[in-house]
Amino acid sequence: MVDSRRLREVALTPEEYRVIVEKLRRPPNPLELGMLGVLWSEHCSYKTSKTLLRRLPSSGDAVLQGPGENAGAVEIGQGWAAVFKIESHNHPSAIEPYQGAATGVGGIIRDVIAMGARPIALLDSLRFGPLPASRHHFDGVVAGIGGYGNCIGIPTVGGEVYFDECYAQNPLVNAMCVGLVRVDRLMRARAEGTGNSLLLVGADTGRDGIHGASFASVELDETSAERRPAVQVGNPFLEKCLLEACMDLAHTDAVVAVQDLGAAGLTSSVAECAGRVAGAGARIDVSLVPRRERGMSPYDVMLSESQERMLVVVQRGREAEVERIFQNWDLTSAVIGDVTDDGHLTVFNRTELVARLPIDLLTDGAPPRRLVGIAPEPPPALRLDSLPPLVNAAQSLLRLLASPNLCSRRPIFRRYDHMVGDSTLIAPGGDAAMLRLKGTRLGLAMTTDCNARYCHLDPNLGAQHAVAEAARNIVATGARPVAVTDCLNLANPDRPEVYWELEETIAGLALACRALEVPIVSGNVSLYNETFPARGQGDQPRSGRPDGEVPLAIHPTPVVGMVGVIDDYAQRLEAGLKKEGDFVLLVGSSHNDLGGSEYLKVEHGTVAGRPPALDLTREAAVNRLIMAAAKAGLLRSAHDCAEGGMLVALAECCLIGGMGVRCPAIRPEGTLRLDAAFFGETPGRFIVSAASRAMPELQTLARRHHVEISLLGMAGGETVEFEGQFRLSLSEMRQAWEGGLIN
Amino acid sequence: MHGGFRVKFGVVVFPGTWSDRDCGWVIDQVVGAQLQYLWHKDADLKGCDCVILPGGFAYGDYLRTGAIARFAPVMQEIGEFADRGGLVWGICNGFQILCEAGLLPGALIRNVSLEYRCEWTHLSVERADLPFTSECTEREVIRVPISHGEGSYFAEPAVLSRLEQNGQVVFRYCDAEGRVVAGANPNGSLHNIAGIINNRGNVLGMMPHPERCAEPELGGADGLKLFKSVAGSALRVLVS
Repeated sequence: MVDSRRLREVALTPEEYRVIVEKLRRPPNPLELGMLGVLWSEHCSYKTSKTLLRRLPSSGDAVLQGPGENAGAVEIGQGWAAVFKIESHNHPSAIEPYQGAATGVGGIIRDVIAMGARPIALLDSLRFGPLPASRHHFDGVVAGIGGYGNCIGIPTVGGEVYFDECYAQNPLVNAMCVGLVRVDRLMRARAEGTGNSLLLVGADTGRDGIHGASFASVELDETSAERRPAVQVGNPFLEKCLLEACMDLAHTDAVVAVQDLGAAGLTSSVAECAGRVAGAGARIDVSLVPRRERGMSPYDVMLSESQERMLVVVQRGREAEVERIFQNWDLTSAVIGDVTDDGHLTVFNRTELVARLPIDLLTDGAPPRRLVGIAPEPPPALRLDSLPPLVNAAQSLLRLLASPNLCSRRPIFRRYDHMVGDSTLIAPGGDAAMLRLKGTRLGLAMTTDCNARYCHLDPNLGAQHAVAEAARNIVATGARPVAVTDCLNLANPDRPEVYWELEETIAGLALACRALEVPIVSGNVSLYNETFPARGQGDQPRSGRPDGEVPLAIHPTPVVGMVGVIDDYAQRLEAGLKKEGDFVLLVGSSHNDLGGSEYLKVEHGTVAGRPPALDLTREAAVNRLIMAAAKAGLLRSAHDCAEGGMLVALAECCLIGGMGVRCPAIRPEGTLRLDAAFFGETPGRFIVSAASRAMPELQTLARRHHVEISLLGMAGGETVEFEGQFRLSLSEMRQAWEGGLIN
Repeated sequence: MHGGFRVKFGVVVFPGTWSDRDCGWVIDQVVGAQLQYLWHKDADLKGCDCVILPGGFAYGDYLRTGAIARFAPVMQEIGEFADRGGLVWGICNGFQILCEAGLLPGALIRNVSLEYRCEWTHLSVERADLPFTSECTEREVIRVPISHGEGSYFAEPAVLSRLEQNGQVVFRYCDAEGRVVAGANPNGSLHNIAGIINNRGNVLGMMPHPERCAEPELGGADGLKLFKSVAGSALRVLVS
């Protein structure tokens, strides 16, 4: 029996060790134990979430590849497939923000390359503690994303960022990559064909990142800084060469499969590639792996997470042909083994057998963890009747526009190259980004969304909102939502209330994705995003958890990445008002939805109540109306109402369009409060603008879709005015909006 | 076109170059000229009429922008091509490489903000009599995006005054009305310099990306004028 310290090092439990010995009918040697440790880590095995994840819908007419591959793929028309995936790099970014974020970007790009697709866009969903305290995380992560994306030449076109205390020690960095490939050239990372060669290409293997996957599968604590060697260092230039060389592989038919080396390095890469083919195995010789340093043991080589490496399965006898392609880009490549039919991963160091493990034990052997979820105390209720009425709408609007959660993201996205590729039709700063498919009229819209405050107040409903808002953002460009990739960020599921959050989150995602007909084709789960802040930096590491100490845990943050398609990008819509004299309209109706709102937080200093009720049937109807109106050319602009409600959305339409609006006073009817009419966050609403001549047809269309549409005012001028209520100049608003992140 | 003749643009590809495909797209699909990619290891310009050094991070630019690229085999040929009067056009990283190679004076240093900048800028066209700008008018304001971390133009005072005296400044950052003011300078370039030409008038370096604005759906088409200028000019040279 190994000692418990050794087991903790490889992040395995005694029970898991018992299962390993039983299956192997012998104790694993230290290398085998390390290999099983990384592949059985939560990060690689999804042992806590995998039974729940099966509840997510993943099929649909457009789906070419669902979960289980390096990335998902959907057909988007004219023979093209969009390949995409989102992945977390939270723990590394907490310890080393620049490299953590940079390698997060690098890793997700390789996932898309492995599918045979050319990466065309990046998006990043970020969460930090409040500024200025979390400035080091924020600056490092933004610089790291830019450093990698700008150098490799893939535009960073979208994403989101929110600030909340719960992320102060657990910032979230979720990177999404979208790629394009002809449907008939879509690749799968399957190690087919006994005797075919395994070619390792790209960076030499070093000692960096050993046990990164295991590190990502425990809570951060005061010893985490010592884990810095578990964070890898990125080389975007090398990956650019790797990317181009992999694109050049299309010129040969000698390549069977391409697999990224990510978490758990060579071990995971080879095992997953073989694991996708029934009965397949692999035999590798670690002495053939090109190394960055001397004296590396087989253990180091098998577990290294050195970046910018790919595994290529090549037809036997055609290795030289493929190696020439990599040589052209001055990339190292080496045949390190071959595909077998014995269902085992067998590792040699020259002639010495150093490990032999069944593939299915590695990839699928981790016993699912059956945890119990218990609902925590519900959050404080919101008593609307005790909420003071709105005093000064103009001042509230200015404070909301300056809120770090709502203000202009320009200080961030102008640090990212968002135009390289000559395809960016809708740049960052609006709802979804949109890229054209060169040589066609097709536009591909993409977004990431999650209001984690909603998820904190109600994980199920919050997850539904994340899907609904992503869909609205896609629809606001005129595109049709097609499919989803998700990144579930949660705290430690061993605590029953967190496991309950996980269950509820997945239930909410499943419900909303089914209702809005957007299958989830890829995704990632990041657990253990919590820390014990009471333990000071200088304290001695303690083992176990002190009784009664409450961890600082993140809100459940299920980030939804969504793509959509517009058949003719000439019909695309942007958020900004376009023309003086256009009618500005509110699509959808407003209710007293102040629960969990940004208004409540900014103006009343509380997070309370339930998120707004969400009628998914109604969402779908409103979305259909906007898509139909865009297609009929009836709209000049569209913007979805989200955090900050109608008035913030309207202000954004004005600020983005550089044009004011003049509206009659808002006199809410019935029980609707004025603060809710202005700042409530009722879903299913858009601000649109239209030429007066389009109005009759637009109203007819709205009636046909049973969607309420009401006139807000008329575009034009340099102010936002609600007659008799308030008037603000665009310049005053702009000052608030553009200064929100600079402090 | 003159007897079906089409101008041949060469687009140099270093490892780490990323605007090659964008330039290629504009040349091939928008302008309709001939396109020839030139690999950094090749010492042959394949009969191109104009050679473009596009944007990117050649060789990763880890040492200093353009510092390694200037030693590439293709650069020897480009130097000789320029000496013969051939048109050489460095865009972004290409401008940095031309400065490192000594084909243009001065250097591009870190943006004064110390941050990368990707945004639209306005440029005042100071010279409209060049093969690269003949489709523009003098003092015309064109809108072209930048995307760089090290685009702040720097030169010794003597070099700078020589550039000014000779009229070698081709583009200056300006506001929408064409005023060359500090507020319109995105990176701290001396004299708001966005692009310069060599003394002979055949080697242009510019930080902004005209290949990113050659079609209206990308937010503007002013960049197309530069490509069309070259296409027309090279043609005139050849048929004259």
